[in-house]
Amino acid sequence: MSKKQRKTLFRIILSAVLLIAAVLVDKTLIKGQSLWLTLAVYLVPYFIIGYDVLHNAVRNIINGQVFDENLLMAVATVGAICIGFFPEAEPQYPEAVFVMLFYQTGELFQSIAVGKSRRSISALMDICPDVAVIERDGQLIETDPDEISVGDVITVRVGDRIPLDGVVTSGSSSLDTSALTGESQPRTAKVGDTVYSGCINLSGVLTVEVTKPFGESTVSRILELVETSGANKSRSENFITKFARVYTPAVVLAAAVLAFLPPLFSSAGYLATLPDWLIRALTFLVISCPCALVISVPLSFFGAIGGASKKGILIKGSNYLETLAQVDTFVFDKTGTLTKGTFAVTEIKSETEAQDELLRLAAKTESHSTHPIAVALRSACQNVTSTDVTEVREIAGHGISANVNGHTVLCGNLKLMNSNGITASEPDIVGTVVHVARNGEYLGYIVISDEIKPAAGVAISELKTLGITDTVMLTGDRQATAESITKAIGLDRCFSDLLPEDKVTALERIMSDKQPHRKTAFVGDGINDAPVLMRADVGIAMGALGSDAAIEAADIVLMDDDIKKLSTAILMARKTIAIVRQNIAFALGVKAAVLILSIFGFTPMWLAVFADVGVAVIAILNAMRTLR
Amino acid sequence: MKKVFRLEELDCAHCAQKMEDGIRKLDGVINVQVNFLSQKLTLEAADERFDEILKDAKKIIKKIEPDCTLIEK
Repeated sequence: MSKKQRKTLFRIILSAVLLIAAVLVDKTLIKGQSLWLTLAVYLVPYFIIGYDVLHNAVRNIINGQVFDENLLMAVATVGAICIGFFPEAEPQYPEAVFVMLFYQTGELFQSIAVGKSRRSISALMDICPDVAVIERDGQLIETDPDEISVGDVITVRVGDRIPLDGVVTSGSSSLDTSALTGESQPRTAKVGDTVYSGCINLSGVLTVEVTKPFGESTVSRILELVETSGANKSRSENFITKFARVYTPAVVLAAAVLAFLPPLFSSAGYLATLPDWLIRALTFLVISCPCALVISVPLSFFGAIGGASKKGILIKGSNYLETLAQVDTFVFDKTGTLTKGTFAVTEIKSETEAQDELLRLAAKTESHSTHPIAVALRSACQNVTSTDVTEVREIAGHGISANVNGHTVLCGNLKLMNSNGITASEPDIVGTVVHVARNGEYLGYIVISDEIKPAAGVAISELKTLGITDTVMLTGDRQATAESITKAIGLDRCFSDLLPEDKVTALERIMSDKQPHRKTAFVGDGINDAPVLMRADVGIAMGALGSDAAIEAADIVLMDDDIKKLSTAILMARKTIAIVRQNIAFALGVKAAVLILSIFGFTPMWLAVFADVGVAVIAILNAMRTLR
Repeated sequence: MKKVFRLEELDCAHCAQKMEDGIRKLDGVINVQVNFLSQKLTLEAADERFDEILKDAKKIIKKIEPDCTLIEK
């Protein structure tokens, strides 16, 4: 509790005790004989609990803020006190004090709840490093990360947060990236590795050459993204904003009508019935603040966005959260999303020699090439030397011919074999086939393919249990490969043979086939698919740690490439939307019920206070569930 | 120019909305966002009139929630 809150608590207790005392004095000593004396006894607790409300109310009238909560409470309670002076009216002094007391208690609870959620959210956001350690004049000094420039070499001690993005120049360590990715498994960092700000250095001292200024480092970008996410408001938030603008004036106006109009038609006379209607009208004023909604709805979204970022899921606005909850179609890019995006040797078929001999020969032949296939071949066998490889010729679209140890070796596709008069046939296999021939003799082939992520199948079936009815893959692969992957993972369908620029068209076709309220998400890795990410209802980029392009283009960013986070994100989105709906329905329902009941005079004023602040507190507590 | 300020003692969510609406109407304001939960004001306005706008914005804030103060970082 803050100092201000403790002071309020003290006033609440003091005023509650004095109110009880006042009731006792009133009932036993005064017994209604002197109106003024009774008033004086009740005014003591009233001023103790309500002086700041009255003060703010006066100040707000001067400032021209008519529909302010303080003013409305002041009018309601002062009005209740004044009713005692009407002839034949029942004095409402204890009620007035009680209402003010209840209001302040509610406000205190509200302030504590808001403070608590503010703290939980800022704890989530507490990934920002405060200091950077740099060597100056032979001494290690701590300095503000903002003062470090690109090219500086900083030291990261064990237990420190890496303050700026950079490349390790010495040392090796393992890093806790959980603040960025939500992944608890530490990553290793050694000389030459790129490291990202926000990670915690776990085991060894590192020196890092800074590659990005603080403002552009990963941690700053993430914080900025989460903090500005409030600008992309959801439909629920826009509704609440509009509602709040008209609600208070409307209720106040209704209160005025309720106070002064019905007595005109009364048979008992205007003055005789006025007090009763006045009380009903004052009850209206008490519930005229839309606070419960104005606080709880944005809090739900803010909490969810904060909670998601803790899990390594960055959401750029509550509108995307809202859309994600309605998604029923997931479109995936293949490479880097469903598959690892790295090629590997998956099969070797040798006609003449041992399998690893064939692989070694192919790797040698391709040892000068940087083509992904050559890289895959080399990484499949160790210690490939290229000293005895000469006369290397790359034949675009076919493969490579080279002289290895005096033999002419051909390495490439079927066309390369055929054009050299070698008989070979294409096996019925998924992936890229590299045929190998030596001195005109066919040796066999090696199959290289992109590996499916082990978690892909599980992730897709998880999505299906969440009610995602359509899962689609977009790929540039030929149809046979695409279909076998689709089958292996359990997707519903695929679009194959797509050039990068065809992907937007394919997505548009998928989207136009559906009813407009059904939303489509596109999942990609941000490489080559930025236009598709932007075109989808929700663009989700995966494995985005360190990829600025992906963070820029996507609406939702998964910091690591764990495809199973998709269902986590959907569950969070749906939970948030459910909480928001509950709060809107609950707050509006209670307020409407109390408004209607008070028209007929069934609502005591304290119940109206509950409808105001009590509902707000409950709604805030409910909203805080999104943080978990 | 775009700057972020801290709003101390911002206690009323409804007021935050009113501040945002009020400041948005100031001449030269490109964008403004008052975040009740993070207690932050993000103001984007024309460079040459920024200080003037900030002064007017402070007045609006004081008017709506007198206890709330804008902290310049």
